[in-house]
Amino acid sequence: MIHEYKLNGYNIALDVYSGSVHAVDPLAYDVIGLFEAEPPDEIVRQMLLKYRDDPSIDEQEIRDCISDVALLKTSGKLFAPDPYAGAELPPRKRFVKALCLHVAHACNLNCEYCFASQGRYQGERALMPYEVGVQAIDFLIANSGPHKTLDVDFFGGEPLMNWDVVKRLAAYARGREAESRKRFRFTLTTNGLLVDDDVIEFCNREMYNVVMSLDGRKEVHDRLRRDYADQGSYDRIVPKFQRFAKSRHERGYYVRGTFTHENTDFLQDILHIADLGFTQISMEPMIGSPADPHALTEADLPTLYAQYEQLAQEMLKREKEGRGFTFYHYMIDLAHGPCLVKRLTGCGSGTEYFAVTPQGDLFPCHQFASDPSMKAGDIWNGVTNHELTERFARCNIYAREECQDCWAKLYCSGGCAANAYHATGDITGVYDYGCKLFRKRIECALMIKAAQAQKS
Amino acid sequence: MKRIVTLDTRDLAESAKTGGCGECQTSCQSACKTSCGIANQQCEQEKEN
Repeated sequence: MIHEYKLNGYNIALDVYSGSVHAVDPLAYDVIGLFEAEPPDEIVRQMLLKYRDDPSIDEQEIRDCISDVALLKTSGKLFAPDPYAGAELPPRKRFVKALCLHVAHACNLNCEYCFASQGRYQGERALMPYEVGVQAIDFLIANSGPHKTLDVDFFGGEPLMNWDVVKRLAAYARGREAESRKRFRFTLTTNGLLVDDDVIEFCNREMYNVVMSLDGRKEVHDRLRRDYADQGSYDRIVPKFQRFAKSRHERGYYVRGTFTHENTDFLQDILHIADLGFTQISMEPMIGSPADPHALTEADLPTLYAQYEQLAQEMLKREKEGRGFTFYHYMIDLAHGPCLVKRLTGCGSGTEYFAVTPQGDLFPCHQFASDPSMKAGDIWNGVTNHELTERFARCNIYAREECQDCWAKLYCSGGCAANAYHATGDITGVYDYGCKLFRKRIECALMIKAAQAQKS
Repeated sequence: MKRIVTLDTRDLAESAKTGGCGECQTSCQSACKTSCGIANQQCEQEKEN
């Protein structure tokens, strides 16, 4: 399967199943588009007609180009076949390797758009007791099979509302590394209000990654990220985040925002964050019910596409000027990225990854933690709802009919099960709106790679 | 090739033979928590090599 598109002056041909990306000129772009459908003589005829006003393109040039395309096909870099088309994926025993520890179902902000209902996940306010966290770490080690690296995300609500437990759990897990022959990789997601020197020092020592929530411009951030006294939080958190990021030497953090229907010009928010001095940035579209006034609409899509394209152009410009920044969704490691197995089997929710509530219940991921029908078990008895986890185990790109013809499937591995479930009622459905934005982001990311390759 | 620049990419078909160790980070764990992009993830084996 081939996906060809033009963006920012680049002609790009992506060979889906080999993962090969080609930056091509207009003639090669057209030849690739016709190659499987037409015989060489017909391609020559059509190209001579199309490029009749271009003296540099004659029959020999076109035949040379056809030969190059044929060579790339022979070498598996164009028109590569689907490796598992119509066949079952090879069976693979999966072990638990990551937990999202909901150390606090409570939050000191009262954000209107919060998927977790102001941190409480539609339940009672709760903090995870240390003993529950210890059992969760033990559960992870015991069920991790041969995995060496285990990920634990301290999440909420706001995890700093249970900071002492976070520190003690990190110390407990570190204390078990040697005898269990595991290595823990911790992450923390915070709204910033409770960040202080102790948090910064501890996180810099222990946390592989810190996610700092900031939506962008002050008026945008403060519109929705307000506390219970109805005060905006921007002025209180930005100086802390700046100090935090600087102390991490501009590595191992993301400033992460959410954009909504109210700021479809989210590029301005990303650039605002960059202008505050942050270099690692993530900005996510809000996901919510279409009835929510903050929800993005179909009519917003052309604007959002244009914003993503302008973001890519601006990033290239700033990179050239020596003030570049990283945008999470444009990071693609083409040469050292995930293997095909990873790309086919999805995010691992409900199989390799579970969320743990303050009460010790297991859910397939943090986005299911407010839905009792999605309870997979608990950390004392392990997974008991095997019917549920089997459904998640079968949730790969071949399980989704809509993905079969999609060129981006090996970049999203079928998309988010929670988004699909909330949009369609089925974890093997697709959240079409998210797919549209995802495809645009991948097009932009690949264009940036083409531009960088041309430069080098 | 005169008209085609092929970017340096990992051979996915080849990666299927040796991949699947599962040591890589769980997709959602890293920064977004709301989408399942795996393109930006690094392969732990490739990192070591």
